[in-house]
Amino acid sequence: MIEARHISLTFGENKVLDDVSFQFDVGKTNLVIGQSGSGKTVLVKCLVGLHEPDEGEVIYDDRNFSLMGIKERRALRQEIGMLFQGGALFDSMTVEQNVMFPLNMFTKMSPAEKLDRVNFCLERVNLGGRNKLMPSELSGGMIKRVAIARAISLNPKYLFCDEPNSGLDPITAGVIDELIKEITEEFNTTTVINTHDMNSVLMIGENIAFIYKGKINWSGNRHEILHTDNPVLNDFIFATELTRRLKR
Amino acid sequence: MISLLGKYILMMAQVLTRPAKGKAFWIQLMNEFQKLGVESMGIVAIISAFMGAVLAMQVAFNIDNPLISPILIGFTVRQSVILEFAPTVISLILAGKVGSRIASEIGTMRVTEQIDALQIMGVNSANYLVLPKLVAALLFNPVLIVVSMFLGILGGLLACVLLGLTTFTTYVDGLQAWYDPWSIQYALIKTVIFAFIIVTVSAFNGYIIKGGALEVGNASTKAVVQSSILIILFNLLLTEILL
Repeated sequence: MIEARHISLTFGENKVLDDVSFQFDVGKTNLVIGQSGSGKTVLVKCLVGLHEPDEGEVIYDDRNFSLMGIKERRALRQEIGMLFQGGALFDSMTVEQNVMFPLNMFTKMSPAEKLDRVNFCLERVNLGGRNKLMPSELSGGMIKRVAIARAISLNPKYLFCDEPNSGLDPITAGVIDELIKEITEEFNTTTVINTHDMNSVLMIGENIAFIYKGKINWSGNRHEILHTDNPVLNDFIFATELTRRLKR
Repeated sequence: MISLLGKYILMMAQVLTRPAKGKAFWIQLMNEFQKLGVESMGIVAIISAFMGAVLAMQVAFNIDNPLISPILIGFTVRQSVILEFAPTVISLILAGKVGSRIASEIGTMRVTEQIDALQIMGVNSANYLVLPKLVAALLFNPVLIVVSMFLGILGGLLACVLLGLTTFTTYVDGLQAWYDPWSIQYALIKTVIFAFIIVTVSAFNGYIIKGGALEVGNASTKAVVQSSILIILFNLLLTEILL
């Protein structure tokens, strides 16, 4: 479980996060949703320590991340997997080397054990046998899947996904969403997904925080979100003509 | 300016720590020897040989007087190449070639979130990315400079012999005249300090950028300009201290 407690962060004169508190549950897909510029990416970056909040704390299973030093944070980060928006694969390395990288850095596994683990992770994301491809040879969806394989290679307790299906077609986006949900259940991870894709919300939203102007405006799950009377959230969910028609 | 200096010191504090995984460091180091060192050998060789040849021709042209001994050609080429041309000019060229490469490589990794990915994994990104480059440059740049000295002097010799500026024996006599081994040590000390400047200033410019492709280009330009200015300033300072 991850807990954000009273997180506030200001960039210049712009208060991006304003007293945000939320609990991200273990074994669930926790979604942070909101419009572009609402502060959801900043919140996720605060959770993993890429941004330092001005106020507030981040707690990982009773461990106060905000009070940790550099070395303690590095140790905790070995329990974190993260899928970046663009994949963030190391472009000088093959698929296999990318997925093996965390194993090389943090385990004492033999080369054969590492290769087994890499193959397992690649099979898990339906990319078995693509070990020797370079990132430049992969499609957008494959890049995301390799990034997921890399993120899960160390069996993380916490999985963060920054807009995992941005730039993907609806079918591939659905595959990625489904994969993240399956991995969350299979490995019992605390998964935090930052998205503004309503398909993701309706498919995998088990615990949702809606951020509006830097504050948590609404929270609930995918069943509750369709019946909310929150006007701001309704504007966000039913922003397109298609969804408005479906609602009617 | 003070804020940038603070950031540079903080980055260097991360860089100058023991690598978390020796084998990963070793692999990176070998890659950097290849990318920063071996791949620079060609340009260093060409520039050094031609620089030595032109230097010999200019000296011969300027001492065209029967009262001045022609051994001065070899002597002047040796002194100029060892004291200044090899360590300083080649370091300035490496600041352009290697510095821009380092800044753009690290900058691209920053804007494509690869550095964030390293940090999230718990890897000391500054140490992982910069230390192998720094060690490779500190160890290999002196090799490049020694090669440059040799080829510069050889270029001078070839120019003298092929263009009839002086004889082989006279040129070699000049090379051996009033030789002080300290000049080589002075050149190598300068080279090591210039290598440190090139790698750390370039890496810093790449490491701190925010934005996209445009900023990567800007960081690359800044890296070359800042490294070059610092090399020239430190050249003056070190010459005052060491000679």
